[in-house]
Amino acid sequence: MSTLDIKGITISVARRLLDDKEISSEELTQAYLDRISNIEGNIHSFVSVTADTAIEQAKAADNMISKGLQGTLTGIPMQLKDNMSTEGIPTTCSSKMLENFVPPYDAHVTAKLKDAGAVLLGKGNLDEFAMGSSTENSAMKVTHNPWDLEKVPGGSSGGPAAAVAASECVFSLGSDTGGSIRQPASLCGVVGMKPTYGLVSRFGLVAFASSLDQIGPITSDVEDSAVVLYNIAGHDQRDSTSLNVEVPDYTQGLDGDLTGLKVGVPIEYFAEGIDQGVETSVRDAIKILADLGAEIIETSLPHSAYALAVYYIIAPSEASANLSRYDGVKYGYSNDDQGSRWQALENTRQIGFGPEVKRRIMLGTYALSSGYYDAYYLKAQKVRTIIRNEFKEAFQNFDVLAMPTAPTTAFDIGGKTDDPIQMYLNDIFTIPANIAGIPAISVSCGVIDGLPVGLQFMAGALQEKKLFRAAYAYQKATNWHTLRASI
Amino acid sequence: MSESDDITIEEVRHLALLTRINMTDHEIEEMRDQMSDILASIEVLSEVDTDGIEPTGHSVDVHSVMREDISSDSITLEDALANAPRQEDGFIRVRAVLEE
Repeated sequence: MSTLDIKGITISVARRLLDDKEISSEELTQAYLDRISNIEGNIHSFVSVTADTAIEQAKAADNMISKGLQGTLTGIPMQLKDNMSTEGIPTTCSSKMLENFVPPYDAHVTAKLKDAGAVLLGKGNLDEFAMGSSTENSAMKVTHNPWDLEKVPGGSSGGPAAAVAASECVFSLGSDTGGSIRQPASLCGVVGMKPTYGLVSRFGLVAFASSLDQIGPITSDVEDSAVVLYNIAGHDQRDSTSLNVEVPDYTQGLDGDLTGLKVGVPIEYFAEGIDQGVETSVRDAIKILADLGAEIIETSLPHSAYALAVYYIIAPSEASANLSRYDGVKYGYSNDDQGSRWQALENTRQIGFGPEVKRRIMLGTYALSSGYYDAYYLKAQKVRTIIRNEFKEAFQNFDVLAMPTAPTTAFDIGGKTDDPIQMYLNDIFTIPANIAGIPAISVSCGVIDGLPVGLQFMAGALQEKKLFRAAYAYQKATNWHTLRASI
Repeated sequence: MSESDDITIEEVRHLALLTRINMTDHEIEEMRDQMSDILASIEVLSEVDTDGIEPTGHSVDVHSVMREDISSDSITLEDALANAPRQEDGFIRVRAVLEE
């Protein structure tokens, strides 16, 4: 085989090459491992690379293909965010607390993708326990944006987004609690999709905020996003919030036509802190939707403005409970050098957790403590109801909503690390979808000063097909998604 | 939610105890400042009228899911203990919990 240029290869292109026997999965996998060796020193998107098992899995995939037994993902090299359990392969959450943790079982999504024959290249870097918007909170390494190595890739799925943007894998999975798939996808110029809460099982996803966490695909284009979601969605009795619904073929009906589609444009998502260039790019993108036949109507979701405050009560509260399990006894980091049992526990958590994780555990414990519970946690849950109802009403009038994914393009590494609130504001446009439990997708819609801009669509619960229809049509009519970082 | 805008050093010390995170005096002070800022930014929720509104815990309507009580294989003892920092005779070893 001649040297294969894997830059920007999609699942559909790789599928054709594999099925036509133009390349084997082993060759394709090796090409990705070589690219990782060449550029990972600049990007740092992987916490670990599993070269040996990748080649083994690729050989098994080639065997399936030779027998004609392949599915859509057989032999396709991928990455998984390092908060998804992989049996026998370390799963660190980019935390010192889990630096040496080797899960005894696979997450539901890991098992699904293994069964589908996808090839695991390694695990993607993240903000520690998925808490952050720049991947700078990783205890392992700082991931660099492939478009500009001085900029952050976004977060918390910064490793996965950077890896796809730099063609270090064909696709990756991220998790999204407040925008952690969509915001890094926006900053890295790739497609990031958060499904309806409950559509993808959280079994084996290390818990951050259980009522908000959801796993979804990070891919080069919308079609790939639909293919990966189809492969990971579906009921799982090991997750009590898993929805028992039929999973449709999301690639069906992607034809590029938006005739009759009603698109709401909520004014609140074009206010507060939005970069002028981002607003212009997104408004231009919305004009293209109109050209494709969509009906564009300005609307208002006044309570979306409160979603950020709701999030910073609910997410830390749930995190404070979820992270109480890290005690240095059953698994994970343990500092048992001195003092009593209690001192050992306190030292373990002092050294094992980074600053942002500690901040959220303490904030959540405060919000849940007696005397404050009604004022903070209960209040936030009530406002959550209002936000959720507001979206429900909106989707009686609109098929999708269109807005920016993030208020700015990628910012400087180190630029916001001293100011937690400035960092939190990155997620102001993505958080409402988590609060309401609805699906959303980010696609690239422009480049400003060499940095990508994201266009976001939201749809009603379980209306993923509408999301894909809108996003696909936009991509078909434009070429932003085909642009790649020069690395 | 406006009992007191700024969280005190004493409250942060108490939270450090509740969350079992050892913190230096400097870390306590820094946490006090950052938490006060974050709590101030959350204040906006008091503008929202929530009288008569039910709280939302989960965004999907799934309640008390039951499954058949069928026993099945689980992970082995060896696998279950593989990540434990200290173990002895098939048990996780811990410090004495009750001290004199």
